Amino acid sequence: MQFMLLFSRQGKLRLQKWYVPLSDKEKKKITRELVQTVLARKPKMCSFLEWRDLKIVYKRYASLYFCCAIEDQDNELITLEIIHRYVELLDKYFGSVCELDIIFNFEKAYFILDEFLLGGEVQETSKKNVLKAIEQADLLQEKIE
Amino acid sequence: MPAPIRLRELIRTIRTARTQAEEREMIQKECAAIRSSFREEDNTYRCRNVAKLLYMHMLGYPAHFGQLECLKLIASQKFTDKRIGYLGAMLLLDERQDVHLLMTNCIKNDLNHSTQYVQGLALCTLGCMGSSEMCRDLAGEVEKLLKTSNSYLRKKAALCAVHVIRKVPELMEMFLPATKNLLNEKNHGVLHTSVVLLTEMCERSPDMLAHFRKNEKLVPQLVRILKNLIMSGYSPEHDVSGISDPFLQVRILRLLRILGRNDDDSSEAMNDILAQVATNTETSKNVGNAILYETVLTIMDIKSESGLRVLAINILGRFLLNNDKNIRYVALTSLLKTVQTDHNAVQRHRSTIVDCLKDLDVSIKRRAMELSFALVNGNNIRGMMKELLYFLDSCEPEFKADCASGIFLAAEKYAPSKRWHIDTIMRVLTTAGSYVRDDAVPNLIQLITNSVEMHAYTVQRLYKAILGDYSQQPLVQVAAWCIGEYGDLLISGQCEEEEPIQVTEDEVLDILESVLISNMSTSVTRGYALTAIMKLSTRFTCTVNRIKKVVSIYGSSIDVELQQRAVEYNALFKKYDHMRSALLERMPVMEKVTTNGPTEIVQTNGETEPAPLETKPPPSGPQPTSQANDLLDLLGGNDITPVIPTAPTSKPASAGGELLDLLGDINLTGAPAAAPAPASVPQISQPPFLLDGLSSQPLFNDIATGIPSITAYSKNGLKIEFTFERSHTNPSVTVITIQASNSTELDMTDFVFQAAVPKTFQLQLLSPSSSVVPAFNTGTITQVIKVLNPQKQQLRMRIKLTYNHKGSAMQDLAEVNNFPPQSWQ
Repeated sequence: MQFMLLFSRQGKLRLQKWYVPLSDKEKKKITRELVQTVLARKPKMCSFLEWRDLKIVYKRYASLYFCCAIEDQDNELITLEIIHRYVELLDKYFGSVCELDIIFNFEKAYFILDEFLLGGEVQETSKKNVLKAIEQADLLQEKIE
Repeated sequence: MPAPIRLRELIRTIRTARTQAEEREMIQKECAAIRSSFREEDNTYRCRNVAKLLYMHMLGYPAHFGQLECLKLIASQKFTDKRIGYLGAMLLLDERQDVHLLMTNCIKNDLNHSTQYVQGLALCTLGCMGSSEMCRDLAGEVEKLLKTSNSYLRKKAALCAVHVIRKVPELMEMFLPATKNLLNEKNHGVLHTSVVLLTEMCERSPDMLAHFRKNEKLVPQLVRILKNLIMSGYSPEHDVSGISDPFLQVRILRLLRILGRNDDDSSEAMNDILAQVATNTETSKNVGNAILYETVLTIMDIKSESGLRVLAINILGRFLLNNDKNIRYVALTSLLKTVQTDHNAVQRHRSTIVDCLKDLDVSIKRRAMELSFALVNGNNIRGMMKELLYFLDSCEPEFKADCASGIFLAAEKYAPSKRWHIDTIMRVLTTAGSYVRDDAVPNLIQLITNSVEMHAYTVQRLYKAILGDYSQQPLVQVAAWCIGEYGDLLISGQCEEEEPIQVTEDEVLDILESVLISNMSTSVTRGYALTAIMKLSTRFTCTVNRIKKVVSIYGSSIDVELQQRAVEYNALFKKYDHMRSALLERMPVMEKVTTNGPTEIVQTNGETEPAPLETKPPPSGPQPTSQANDLLDLLGGNDITPVIPTAPTSKPASAGGELLDLLGDINLTGAPAAAPAPASVPQISQPPFLLDGLSSQPLFNDIATGIPSITAYSKNGLKIEFTFERSHTNPSVTVITIQASNSTELDMTDFVFQAAVPKTFQLQLLSPSSSVVPAFNTGTITQVIKVLNPQKQQLRMRIKLTYNHKGSAMQDLAEVNNFPPQSWQ
């Protein structure tokens, strides 16, 4: 995976994770273009589109779009599962997650993502283990504080 | 200084802003506060401030002044600080800035921290955005952690190693020892990341690949793991909709693909498990299909046995019928990759693929279109073309150009009949005429010339098409060209294929002139139209004056191209009128030329952009000593062979001069063969026979052969005599030498002699000695005609003479009937 973006129906960015080195300007440009492209898609269309030389996999959950850019040899269908797993993790952590949770706790959303993916690849396939790690880290945070 | 506001507080406040300006104001105020707080080196609230900065950064505001603060947070001992610090580093720092290198030491320390979660942070950050320099410095630490027994760290180290290898491929070697026991792990996280690491290594280095195949026996290990996953019972920890750890399954299948590629042994070792996965995986949910998809990709890429391949394609076929459009999309993509190698298997799913042309999704439509073109063959062309034409009609504009090109290609390859081919082209031109590519126009024109018997039908249909609408440029260009070429057929109402329409010359000129004038016509199209109008001057009889007028008007056109053409055509009317009919005569059938032969194109007049034959040809050059069609028509209509000696095609000139070769080509280019009589067929089909006549005999035989010469023509001071000789080698050949003499007191210049013979004969005109018949009989023009008369019929000939005399253009037609019997019996 090269990057993952979360954005609202109005095109507001809620999370951006980049696994390739790009300048701030380039990231902004890509984000703007991609958000525009995905928001223009009709509901009946499939979740995949070709964009530049990448494959884009996106899925909408309530008011949030989850959008991943993968490479040619990556499996689109399993990427959908990856997105779904991330949403499940957020859901378990926040308890029925909604967009506001991610807005107000964006740093937590990042921490969870960083326990699930590393360098663009899945690091842990067990939901339980990811959540356990987050829990422990949160405890650590409170302990020292 | 009051405590900086909390993150949540800030977020709430900013969200209350009603306008962009209001938001900006709030942000600026807060940034100022944060900046002064940073200046004070406040440790307590640094974390909070950086977090706020990161939020504002996400909104799109600059946050670079927080970069150093992130580094300070990373260096802090507090876990909270480190967490935000590393997050900030990943969001704000990038490897182009030298600042990021300051992180290296901190990361190194944290990689050796006593708390695994701190180590985890360091590994994550390094694996996410570590630069090459950082990777080089820290690879050793990563390698160490790869060997730890702590699975939480091991899995992260594996992915960190993947990143290191991607950044600095030379470091791959150092991770090799650590990979030894990776697959013995029980922990799925470690297994998954290990497979990713192994995949990365095998993809990058053929040596590694060979090593893992042979020495480590990776394939059996992977097969074993995969088998366990499938066979083992329900495992709640890794279950997704009844499937055990699909992420791991997919990665294993992908690694197997790399290992099995181009390797028979490996491929064989994985054959069974692939078949098992392919048949046993649950297909009701996306997750099962994801695994099947990966399985199909692997089966198609390794050296699998044919049964397995068919199984894979059938899975794809089933995918095509799935309600889920994502699955259909993926199926079409995969089929496109395999259609070349497993063509027959994919053909079986053709109707489903064609149905996908009607899908609402643009990506699916595109793939279905590409796949459809790949599946067209001689057997299904009619049915497929119907679907494709319908698709062309209804698809989005972005497809039309590709679709049109694809249709032309398919039609050319598999057209069941010429009529069908022309109809298909017509359909494309009228449906998507403006999307047709530029290079299609010359190809189509060439195609049309080759379908000789369809000319009348074609020009009629094209005429009708542009009558209503002449905005589609490629359509108009082809139509204009055809009308220019075959306008005579159009007005004569000769169409056999369909009801001929009644069109007058004026009506035809009307439409061409409309094209010329129209704002919608491009410069190129106008050029076509003007040339077409000009060509009609030799095909139409009543409207020549009108044509002359049009042509002269455009002599002052602003468009330089049009102006040049008009000026040259004008010249044709005035000075070179005697050449006009020859220059503008019907195009010969064009040989299909490959793109490697530029010289051929030049010779065939095959530049389909019908540029005016530059009026530089001096009459003494290799003249188009040809038979004008109108001449032939006068000799009795359908009987006459349009002999085309001036179709110089690709044959190189032989010893006898270039024109001699042309006769050979005449037979090849399909001009209706002269003699239907079977008896003499063998001789007719030998191109060189006439050459024999020439090469084995001196040109001027002695009169002692005894054939009397005749005066073929004598009028207005111009006398033409024929002398005969018979070929020794071929009794059907008569060589006639004409001599033209001029008894008047003024020269006859630009003299052109043309001849036509009945259908059962063949005729070849060689170059004349000159084009001037000098006055007072002081000299003659000689020219050789060779006549092939296999049926030994009575020789008849009609001749046409054009020349300039006493300042005016002269033209005359005459029939020569007084051939001595010895010349043809």
